Amino acid sequence: MDIFLQQILNGLVLGSIYALIALGYTMVYGIMGLINFAHGEVVMFGAMVTISIIGMLTGMGLSLPGPVVVLLALMLAIPVCMLMGFAIERIAYRPLRNAPRLAPLITAIGLSIVLQNVAILIWGRNYIPFPPLLPHDPINVLGASITDLQVFIVISAIAIMAGLLFMVEKTKLGRAMRATSQNPAVAGLMGVNVNTIISATFVLGAGLGAVAGVMVAANYDQAHSHMGFLIGLKAFTAAVLGGIGNLGGAVVGGILLGVIESLGAGYIGDLTGGFLGSHYQDIFAFAVLILVLVFRPSGLLGERVAERA
Amino acid sequence: MPQNQSKRMLAFALSGIVLAVLPFIVGSTLGNSWVRTLDFALLYIMLALGLNIVVGFAGLLDLGYIAFYAVGAYTFALLNSPHLSIFMPWWFILPLGAILAAFFGIMLGTPVLRLRGDYLAIVTLGFGEIIRIFMNNLNAPVNITNGPQGINMIKPIEVAGFSLGKPVELFGTTYNSVYIYYYLFLLLAVLTVIICHRLQHSRIGRAWVALREDDVAANAMGLNIRNIKLLAFAMGATFGGVAGGLFASFQGFVSPESFGLMESIMVLAMVVLGGMGNISGVILGAVLLTVTPELLRDIIGPLQMKAFGRMIVDPENARMLMFGLALIVVMLVRPEGLWPSKRRKAEFHDALDDGIPAADSQAADGLKG
Repeated sequence: MDIFLQQILNGLVLGSIYALIALGYTMVYGIMGLINFAHGEVVMFGAMVTISIIGMLTGMGLSLPGPVVVLLALMLAIPVCMLMGFAIERIAYRPLRNAPRLAPLITAIGLSIVLQNVAILIWGRNYIPFPPLLPHDPINVLGASITDLQVFIVISAIAIMAGLLFMVEKTKLGRAMRATSQNPAVAGLMGVNVNTIISATFVLGAGLGAVAGVMVAANYDQAHSHMGFLIGLKAFTAAVLGGIGNLGGAVVGGILLGVIESLGAGYIGDLTGGFLGSHYQDIFAFAVLILVLVFRPSGLLGERVAERA
Repeated sequence: MPQNQSKRMLAFALSGIVLAVLPFIVGSTLGNSWVRTLDFALLYIMLALGLNIVVGFAGLLDLGYIAFYAVGAYTFALLNSPHLSIFMPWWFILPLGAILAAFFGIMLGTPVLRLRGDYLAIVTLGFGEIIRIFMNNLNAPVNITNGPQGINMIKPIEVAGFSLGKPVELFGTTYNSVYIYYYLFLLLAVLTVIICHRLQHSRIGRAWVALREDDVAANAMGLNIRNIKLLAFAMGATFGGVAGGLFASFQGFVSPESFGLMESIMVLAMVVLGGMGNISGVILGAVLLTVTPELLRDIIGPLQMKAFGRMIVDPENARMLMFGLALIVVMLVRPEGLWPSKRRKAEFHDALDDGIPAADSQAADGLKG
């Protein structure tokens, strides 16, 4: 029983991070109908830039408590990532808005390669440890353990997501975003500056990605220049699972995927009599994805949109 | 027009001669490693043309294409190496790999029949990753694929007791096995081009185009959409499987590392960059994307040594950086590809001139909280 609970808790932590990244994918997809292939790299940059800034801050000899340093660094890393999000849209997507849809896919992949190699140029190919500034004290929950950092990750992820939902539903910017996603041309006629809204979407998604990147790095105590790819892929899977273009769906999909993955990794050995081990963890994401798309192509919360090119 | 005909014959003959002597020119001026690059270029032409059937002709975006390459390569490796101590003749396992790849193509194609566009792309991507993860982990408890270490000592193709993996002596000079493989690959690449060309103008080829342009209309015209889609997947996969088998025998070694998503993306980039749906364009794309990174490898390192006296930027790193930039620049300047088919070019400029965004570039589903 405690293994079960432990895996659920691990899954929740992982899932809330997936959900944050998935929101970035789903917002861009909802507005432009395109996969932002470079989003995973933004997540990676969020983690790496934060670690570098932490290094600088601690190097300055300030006697601040650990969590404050991390938060400060994150606050500085978020604008960097937002700028990246802005640049990605400007370079890879805006010039090709009327082009065949494979063209922006290739430019985004190109950008993703470039960003990854810029990261290697700056930080090298090795794993970079996350500075041990955050408390990792385990809390005992019915025989399973969760650290207070992980509790903080889940709570702040939920708070950020709630804030985003509020913004999209209640503010003027959010209304403009929803209008643009439904019909950019008509939204433009109604006085919405479509270009600004699309930029804002990329920037917002990148900001969320930066936060998620730091959460991943803090949770696993490390970051590296190749981390963006797999986590981006899984977050996209989460977005599709929940119904792409749907913000609530991204949250549900992210958390669900995290839990499925953890449970799967914990139990696959027992289920298959030891034939398949926990290193098959990554298969679950894709297997779930394929099953969902086959049986419910629009995702769990999405409308039926599969019959759309 | 007989004059035109004779001109074409002349062009064919000339390019035939050039292709026949190319490895010797390249080998004597640039060395054997460049002949090897030529071999890979031919291999990638086969792969890219296979993917072109799925993406270019039928319009189905496949991001897991490399999985079929992997199936072909692992079939060859498992059945012709000391790893399982099975040694079967290549003329049996090469077609077997192709058939298995086609089978996997249908297996992938069946559940995704209803999906389109990006959904299809993501599912195929997931499929490719699943295949790779299995290859990476099927070494325990029963060792089938030997895991991340891969399978080595794969036997080269042998024709009538003559192994293609050994250097041959001809007129007093020893030629590396890359030369012999060049001609084998050339032969198969030419065969692939001919098959693709004939397919494109066949009934099936026209059906694929109809499917790509508008599947509802194609269905209404009496085409069996399901069979046509599955055929596209299977045909594309077959080429991938053959290329994979050749790769295994040529390399003598396979490991899951060669079949990652990056490889799928590379092959897709060849198709899109060259000009989707146009066979000449795809060939151009395959050659460019195989040769350019190698060229950069040869240029960047020595250039840095000359300019700064030491390595400032890791050449591998700089190479990928420039490659990524090249992808971006080419797509921005020519979104339709370097050498698009006439039809595609016309479509593209049509859409631009009208100032109407392509219908599929608009998201029809809303952003909801």
